[in-house]
Amino acid sequence: MIPTSFFTSLSAILFVLGGFAFFVKRDLITQFLSIEVMLSAANLAFIAFAKSASSLDGQIIVFFIITVAAAEAAVGLAIILLVYRQKKTIKSEDMNLMKG
Amino acid sequence: MAYFLFFLLAIVCVGAVIAMIFSKNQAYNALYVILAFVCMAGLFGLLDAPFIAVIQIIVYAGAIMVLFLFVIMMINLREGVPPERKRWTIGLSFVIAGVLVIELILAFKGFLSPARTAAESVGSPTDLGRLLFTKYLYPFEITSVLIIAALVGAMILVKKKDSGSDEG
Repeated sequence: MIPTSFFTSLSAILFVLGGFAFFVKRDLITQFLSIEVMLSAANLAFIAFAKSASSLDGQIIVFFIITVAAAEAAVGLAIILLVYRQKKTIKSEDMNLMKG
Repeated sequence: MAYFLFFLLAIVCVGAVIAMIFSKNQAYNALYVILAFVCMAGLFGLLDAPFIAVIQIIVYAGAIMVLFLFVIMMINLREGVPPERKRWTIGLSFVIAGVLVIELILAFKGFLSPARTAAESVGSPTDLGRLLFTKYLYPFEITSVLIIAALVGAMILVKKKDSGSDEG
């Protein structure tokens, strides 16, 4: 029986690494991948707490998170494709249309 | 044994994300994230959530990451062609295939043995499905609307305006 704190620590590490990658990387696709990593780290925390509380509600919430992540990935990748068609680049520094 | 599995999966998972931070190639980044997600599915299995583990592999590591890889291929940045496949990768793939065959044979043997007890864990798909269709019925239905909206939205976004071809 592995203590829950191990899983929550791993979840925190993965979440922070995902956030770090989001700020460090410079292309939209990798930044989007980092968001997926962060979502998955949150899933891990949900499952760990569901196990420690011996309740199934956490697993149901993870199910919904995965569904929403799928929808989000579809729309987000469509937006990235659109941006690439218009600007011929996916570097996030080049997205300066709204810059004052 | 559980500790060993936990630390193995955790180290591979964190290592894959760190490798994603240091890698420049987007296709490799997506593959590293697939590795991290598969390890995370193993962790879900350790946490008595087999259904979520399977969903994680099928939906996340399967469907979503294939979508990512398709977009990476469509964008086709000016990366050079990947280097020729090295000899040791061929050997490694043979080793991995052998391990997979042995594991599958052992799994089927365990499945067919009469000593197998009925599923008693908390996170069985039966319990999860019962909860999903009673307590969480409304969120489940709303999710279907969300997926339809995302599908239509993605198609409308990617559709070419000028040409009549329905490329999508």
